[in-house]
Amino acid sequence: MTAVRWAAGAVLALIVLAAVWPAAITGVPYDRQFRDYPNAPMSRQFPLGTDELGRDRLSRLLYGARVSLLAAPAAALLSSILAALAGGLAGYAGGWYDCLAGGAIDLMLSLPWLFLLIIVRALLPLNVPALLSLLLTFGLIGLLGWPSAARVVRAACRSLRDSDPVLLAAACGIPEARILWKHVLPNVQPILAAKFWISIPVYILAEANLGLLGLGVADPLPSLGNLLRQLESSLNPDPGAWAPLVLIVVVVGCLQIVRPAEAVVR
Amino acid sequence: MTRVAAWCASICLAASVAAAPSGGELRFCLYSEPKTFHPLLVADASSEAVRYLTAGVLIRVNRLTQELEPELAESWQVLAGGKAISFKLRRGVAFSDGTPFTAEDVAYTMRTLFDPGVVSPTADPFRASGSTVKIDIPSADRVIVTFATALSGVERLFDQVGILSSRSPKKEMAVLGPFLVAEYKPGSEVHLQRNPYYWKRDAHGRRLPYLDSLRLSIQQNRELEAIRFLRGELDLMTSVSPETFDQLKKKAPTAVRDLGPSLEPEMLWFNQAPGAPIPEFRKAWFRSKEFRRALSAAINREDLCRLAYRGHASPAAGPVSPANRFWFNASLRPHRYDTQEALDRLNRAGFRLQNGVLRDAQGNAVEFSLITNAGNQPRERIAQLIEQDLKAIGIRLNVVRLDYSAIMERLNRSLQYEACLLGLTNVDLDPNGQMNVWLSSAASHQWNPDQSSPGTPWEAEIDRLMRAQNSAASPGQRKVYFDRVQEIVWDQAPFLYLVNKNALVAISSAVANSRPAVLRPQAFWNIDTLALAPETARSTP
Repeated sequence: MTAVRWAAGAVLALIVLAAVWPAAITGVPYDRQFRDYPNAPMSRQFPLGTDELGRDRLSRLLYGARVSLLAAPAAALLSSILAALAGGLAGYAGGWYDCLAGGAIDLMLSLPWLFLLIIVRALLPLNVPALLSLLLTFGLIGLLGWPSAARVVRAACRSLRDSDPVLLAAACGIPEARILWKHVLPNVQPILAAKFWISIPVYILAEANLGLLGLGVADPLPSLGNLLRQLESSLNPDPGAWAPLVLIVVVVGCLQIVRPAEAVVR
Repeated sequence: MTRVAAWCASICLAASVAAAPSGGELRFCLYSEPKTFHPLLVADASSEAVRYLTAGVLIRVNRLTQELEPELAESWQVLAGGKAISFKLRRGVAFSDGTPFTAEDVAYTMRTLFDPGVVSPTADPFRASGSTVKIDIPSADRVIVTFATALSGVERLFDQVGILSSRSPKKEMAVLGPFLVAEYKPGSEVHLQRNPYYWKRDAHGRRLPYLDSLRLSIQQNRELEAIRFLRGELDLMTSVSPETFDQLKKKAPTAVRDLGPSLEPEMLWFNQAPGAPIPEFRKAWFRSKEFRRALSAAINREDLCRLAYRGHASPAAGPVSPANRFWFNASLRPHRYDTQEALDRLNRAGFRLQNGVLRDAQGNAVEFSLITNAGNQPRERIAQLIEQDLKAIGIRLNVVRLDYSAIMERLNRSLQYEACLLGLTNVDLDPNGQMNVWLSSAASHQWNPDQSSPGTPWEAEIDRLMRAQNSAASPGQRKVYFDRVQEIVWDQAPFLYLVNKNALVAISSAVANSRPAVLRPQAFWNIDTLALAPETARSTP
């Protein structure tokens, strides 16, 4: 099992390296259009072929991976932290904290986000730089993704609050902050970890869907999400078009293998 | 020679019709829910398709020849230069429930059409002649419709007017077309059955239509539609995307047909409205003819056709595509792709290219946003190609994809956009159908709508020419005026016409007598003579 984890770790490291430093693998800019070679098959010049505008799929995959593999985990981390704060506070503190956080969770889950996101897009200027558009998109995803996990954390904290170890710690006079840090957080950590890992591919796809509202990563900047959209519009896509999907499966699979065993929810 | 060819064609058609079997069910898709089955309230494409299949009209535009043909009116005569039109009605015709068709039905339809309480979108083109109409019935088979003012090409407008029954208890569901609505399952399908009282017969005296029924699946996803077509679950596909067309061509090469340029050009325009909430220096760029022409010269239209439409498009020169045979101005050529010409024009307008960045006379870097609707892949590809083309002359273009309703809100209400890339759907061949675009006072005069008086001399000239063509008596004179409008638009480039996309259809080999046309509804315009081969004819469940 250790060997498998090492192998998965090595694959992940390679992918991260390639995504962080794509110029080491390909010198082709992600937005360069080789207009004489649209939909080119895999070749030495274009290892994954080209898309319909003649753009090198490998270059777009690497730059897209950099965008998505950095931004999606950051958004997942943000939503996990918010879930921990809101759910933990509500579940552990109880009383009006619980009412307030519970109300906020219910409100967040019941709001028609599609319409609110359309309003957000309407409020934004049209000439938004690509980096700002990227930060806004994943920031929004992170800010909106916490309520369902917060509910689970809240329930877990509520049961932990009344558990024997926590009651014993409180009876011994251990400060609340230390109880939270040493007894409560380690027990809800598997929930948060699961939420974090599951969120990454979900957020990559969510970014692609937000593109339909004018909020996603703006073309020509690639993301794994907008690269995946090529698959939905073709009856028989070129083999190279599957590469973003394969990359996401490999990355998520490797993450599942390398993450610490105690983080697995049982 | 032409007559001999036409005679041969009619002999061949008659032979094929004679061989065509009757019966069976034809299946194809609607791409959205039909909003209404009332023929005078149609405002969406699906309702329009159902209306075409079910409603009877006095005059029909033949989608293949683009000529007018008599339907429920045996003949007609335009009177007083378009102020009135007299119809001689066909006798012995009945609605789908057996109610006889009379002149009173035509009068009732026209009164309903002009009824302010009905708010019929079909009435909009007629309203150019005023909001009132007078109906005279001098005899049982003759109707005279008189408008407040003359309307050029008025007879073509009757192609859209489905005749209602004034006496049938089934009201608008009693129809005079080849099919009637038998069942409607919202979100699923519309089932049409053969109208047993349909008046048309073929050359051998057989009552049309040949088909027993039509099953119209409501299917928004065009990929699923293509899969169902390949499985044999559907018989027709219209307005096929270039990608799907090429995929189908590989798997069913005889089923797909590229009909050539359609009536739907893709175009780009700049927001020149004085009240638009965009910086003044950008408005000054957009108002400059040299700027607009320079950008037009910087766009490689051949690449747009080849890459965005996989070759199923041709560079566009103006608002009328070659598919519109009479009104197309053949003297116009698409603006030439020439980056040097683009830079020369920009220099003349005071722009300078410095370190790869184009700057105006005040030193502002030339950068603007282009909105287009998300989900239309050829259009998104056009935007990407233009972004790269403009980059070559130092312009930074920010492409923003928005949902369609958000785009409409920006175009029609807030005017909060800088440039827009959209397509135009011409449902009417006649230039009067474009009045709402070309008149400077019109709401759809997109680059600067709702002007109280024309903002530029050339817009005033277009206004004058459009009104002149509307009141001219002869089609030839009207064409002279409208050709001039096209030349002004070509020269001033308020719209940068990019490509005329081709009309692409797929028709199963089981369908006999198909003669698809570029005009809507393309593959099933001759629905009453379409038939299914015996081995594929499906009985009605």
